[in-house]
This record gives sequence, structure tokens and C-alpha cells, in this order.
Amino acid sequence: MAEPIVSIRNVCKNFAGGVVAVDDVSFDIAQNEFFALLGPSGCGKTTLLRMISGLEFMTSGQIMIGGEDMATTPPNKRPTNMVFQSYAVFPHMTVEQNVAYGLKVTGVAEDETKRRTAEALEMVKLSHLAQRKPDQMSGGQRQRVALARALVKRPKVLLLDEPLSALDAKLREDMRIELTRLQETVGITFIIVTHDQDEALSMASRIAVMEKGAVRQIATPTELYEHPASKFVADFIGKVNLIDASVVSTKGKILTLNAKGLGKVEFASERPAGSSVSIAVRPEKLKVSKAEPKGAKLVKLQGSVRDVAYYGDTSHVVIEGKDALSLSVTVQNDSRTGEGALARGQKVWVHFEPEDSIVLTE
Amino acid sequence: MALFNRAPQGPLEYGRRLWIKILLTATFLFLYAPIFVLIAFSFNDSKRNITWQGFTFKYYGIAWNNADLIEAFTNSLIIAFISTVFATVIGAMVGLLLWRFRFPGKTAYEGFMALPIVIPEITMGVALMAFFFKIGWMTANVPWPFNLGPIAVAHIAFCFPFVAVVVRSRLVGFNMQLEEASRDLGASQWQTFWNVLFPFMKPGLIAGALLAFTLSLDDFVITYFTSGPGSVTFPVKVYSLVRRGITPDINAASTILILITVVATVLAMKLQAPPKPSKG
Repeated sequence: MAEPIVSIRNVCKNFAGGVVAVDDVSFDIAQNEFFALLGPSGCGKTTLLRMISGLEFMTSGQIMIGGEDMATTPPNKRPTNMVFQSYAVFPHMTVEQNVAYGLKVTGVAEDETKRRTAEALEMVKLSHLAQRKPDQMSGGQRQRVALARALVKRPKVLLLDEPLSALDAKLREDMRIELTRLQETVGITFIIVTHDQDEALSMASRIAVMEKGAVRQIATPTELYEHPASKFVADFIGKVNLIDASVVSTKGKILTLNAKGLGKVEFASERPAGSSVSIAVRPEKLKVSKAEPKGAKLVKLQGSVRDVAYYGDTSHVVIEGKDALSLSVTVQNDSRTGEGALARGQKVWVHFEPEDSIVLTE
Repeated sequence: MALFNRAPQGPLEYGRRLWIKILLTATFLFLYAPIFVLIAFSFNDSKRNITWQGFTFKYYGIAWNNADLIEAFTNSLIIAFISTVFATVIGAMVGLLLWRFRFPGKTAYEGFMALPIVIPEITMGVALMAFFFKIGWMTANVPWPFNLGPIAVAHIAFCFPFVAVVVRSRLVGFNMQLEEASRDLGASQWQTFWNVLFPFMKPGLIAGALLAFTLSLDDFVITYFTSGPGSVTFPVKVYSLVRRGITPDINAASTILILITVVATVLAMKLQAPPKPSKG
């Protein structure tokens, strides 16, 4: 990796009352990355973002931005700008004044302020609303004001705190595409905080999954989804079936497990540390058939359909087999006639390739 | 025709109920009838001012030529102006302090700060008089306008808690992220205060200042105890005049006072009102 733009070393944050919000976090963010901090609420992701912006002090550790230690740098002197969750658009200023604010207070010349403000408004397609007050605008428009106001400062890093959480579903979809496009055009590193895994997966180039103040895994979206490092990550990113199993034996790279409901199954995997493990398999990797599937390596199970939830493009089917093992399966509804649709109580076979699953220990 | 039928009363349309209408009318009557009578009788062409004799402006001239009355009036305005300025600045700072910071003894401070709002005016008046005598501020030979000092200080003391309370309750609605956004965009603490927090506080400051102004202008009890022979304010003067019978020139001066208060209020409301949305 080239010289990182943001470098976080052993950062801790303890709040009064012994609450550890961020617990010894270290990672680097490269120039031009679209980096996401993803985790459930209360995992410390926003606190971490605020420490990068300087709005929150760290208890210990070091944050470097652009190669400079930020320990004593106040937020107004940092090369970062933030888009707040509430947008924090100044209500007593027009859109134009809002966007120009950051330039005005730092003494940028008037004609340059004017030019850059106009450019920024153009970029977020708000030029026609320049004279409006924020209370005459929709949430989506206010968000664009907040974006323009931050981008006009040409920060090295743009910080976004749950930027889409207050928008409705349709607008959120549009804004995701818009944000990705903006990031590509302006060429600024984006760090986004979100609790929405879809948001992180669809926008970010790299994601850090956080839980209880610690970073659990940092990887690209595909890697996170297909190679989660832990049960927590597998469960948090997308849907997953976790099947309890115990290790029977290892022969070279072949691991034999005794899994709940499946009996003895073989996987190509390293011997895990513990003897009790979980087999993680995504619902869309499971196949359903009426007849017993053929194939020596296949992991298969006979069960009955417990529940069918219809979503239009797909149906989510719950199948219960031996030992009360219940599996979620995503079935594509690829025929209009509904032929072959599953009915509750129907006896079916479920199978998956061992390489489509992953053995997790923690 | 259905078009002309009145819509049935909704459950929350209290404004259309008879008893509410009667209550409202009665309230307004009791509040404003005396004031209107006072204004009307300032135009009464009668020295004794008991029955209506005819319309005249002459008592406005008489009031204008009554040097004592004018002096008291000027004193009142000067004191009100000075104490409004100081009470607003101090009150705003106290309001900010109480909203923004946590410090040991805050609850106690809050209680003591708000004391002038709740303790009887007579207590405060006597206490202040004793205090000013003790420190030698209330001697007869202080030249005007410095002899207004004790009254002004007394007024500041009882006005600023009102401003603090108003400003603080305004600040409770402030979105802290606005301040953070300002800092994040490169503004210093000072720039952030003037550009973001101050505009937000402004309605509270105006309301607080207006409150302080009216409180100071019409205060009688505390002023009575803290005024000397050369420092008489309008309410104190009116009190001494009324003992010799109400003449229309008092009505005239009072009408002017009402006018000043109304104009000040209207101005303040104009300043507070958001500008009309521009079509764009």
C-alpha cells in the first residue's frame, strides 16, 4: 500500500463511567479509498470518526492524516470535513452562504469563494436553489448542501456520519450512486460510518466491521461476504446459516466434522483451534430439489418446508431437517407460472457444495 | 344548500365554542378596558378628570411643560436603557454558562441566580437601600446623572435573571452539531459564537431585553427604596402626584409611556420575524 492518507494507531476512547467506546483500534486508509466503518449501534464507529475529525479527544493512541500527527490539532485546523447525520445546515443562512461559510471564516478571497461556491453547488446540482433557506428544502436537498459545504473546502478526507439514514428508501438508493460518483470525480478519500450493511457493501471499496469498540475485520466487500473471519462478521454482513459442528479428525487438508443435522461431512480446511466450530453457508448458496441430489462431495439434507416468504424476485424458504436443524434458503422465482413453487410441509432435499461454505471457529 | 351550511364543530375547535368566546372577551375587557379609559381620559378637557368634558390635546402640552414630570420620565428612560443593556449582556452570559458548562455548585448557583425572580420586591428594595447607604452611594450631593447609579444597579440586579432564563430556554433547542459543523469547517471558537450561536440566540436576547426594559421602566417598589431626592423615576413621580389627585397630564404622560412600550415591542417582533421567503 502506498503512503496512507489516514493512519490510526492503538486508538482508545474511554468515556466517563468506564465505558470503553473504542478499544485499541489500528488501521490505515489509503489515498482515494471509499472506506466504510460498519457495525451495530453503539460499536464505537461514530466515536472513531469524530476522533478523526477532532471533535472528540482520544484517550490514547495516535491519528495521522496526510503524514501529520493530529494529536494537538483542533478540528478547524484539520484537513478533514464532515457531513453530519443531522446535516447541521445553518438554518439562518441561505444555501449559498452555507456553502461559502467554510471559505469565508478561513479568509479565502471573495472572488475565489464565489467561484468555488458556485462550482460546489453545480457539483451537487443545487445551483438553482442557491438563495433558498434550508427550511424550504427537503431532506435530500439539505444533505446535498451539507455535502457541498464540506467538499468546497477540498479536504484530504471527507467524513460522512450515517449520511443516508434520514432519507427515504428511494432517495437513499439515488444518493448511494451519487456519492460513489462524487467520490470518483473529486478524488477525495471518503470515510463513511454506517450501520447498514447494504450501504457499506454497495459503496465502499473497503469495510472495517466493528463490534464493541474493536475492529473485527477489514476487507473488501466481496471478501467480507465470502470469507468472513468470524461468526459475528458472517452474521452481520448479509444472512447466513450457522450450523454447529464438532471436529472429528483431520487428514492433511481434509477436515472431518460431525455437524448437527448433517452427520459426518468433509471440508477442505485447516484444522481449527477449537473442537467446536460452525459451518457458515449463505442462503443463496443452498439449492433445493425434490429428488435426492447426486454428487459424492455434496453436503445434503432431507427436510420439510416450514415457511415460505414471498419477495417477488426471490422467496425465502425455511427448511427443517434432522436434529431440528433449520436452514434459510433463498430461491429465485425465475418462472412466472409458479411451477415448482414450494409449499409448506413439502418434503425436499437441500444441498450445497462444501467450497460454498466456510468453517468458522469464533 | 350544503355550501352554506357551517361545518360541524371539531373536537378541538375550542375557538368556536360559546363559553370560550365569552371567556376571551371578558379577559380582554378586564385587561385592556382600564388602559383604554386611561388613554381616553388623557384627552379629557377637565382639570378634575372625573367626568368627560370634551376633547383636547392641551394636557399633553401641560405634561410637556411640567419639568418635574419630564425629568422623571427622562430618568426612567435612561435607567431602563442602561439596565437593559447590562442585564441583557450579563443575562446572556449567565444563560450560556448554565446551558453549556457543568461545574461544581451549579445547582446552588442556579438557585441563587434566580432568587431576584422569586423574592418579594419589598425585601430586595429594603436590602438594596441598606446596602447602598452602607457603601455611601446614596448621598444627596451626587450630581445628575450619577445619582441614578443605585437605581440602575438595582434594576440590573433584578432584570438579568429574567434574561438568563429566557436565553437559556432558547439555547436548549440548539443543535450542537451546528457548532461542531462550524468548527469542522475551519471557524475558530469566536467565529463560531458570532456566526452560529449568536444568530440562534438572537430571538431570546431580544425577548430578554424587552422583558428587562419593561421591568425596569415600570418598577416601583425597588426604585422607591433606592431613589434619592434628585433621582425620581416616572412611576415614583406618578405615585407622588396621584396622592394629590389624578390630573389629565398624568394620563397624557402614561399614554406616551404605553406608546413607547408598544413601539418597542412591535420593533422587537419585526426584528425577530423571519424574512419573507423570496421566490426563486
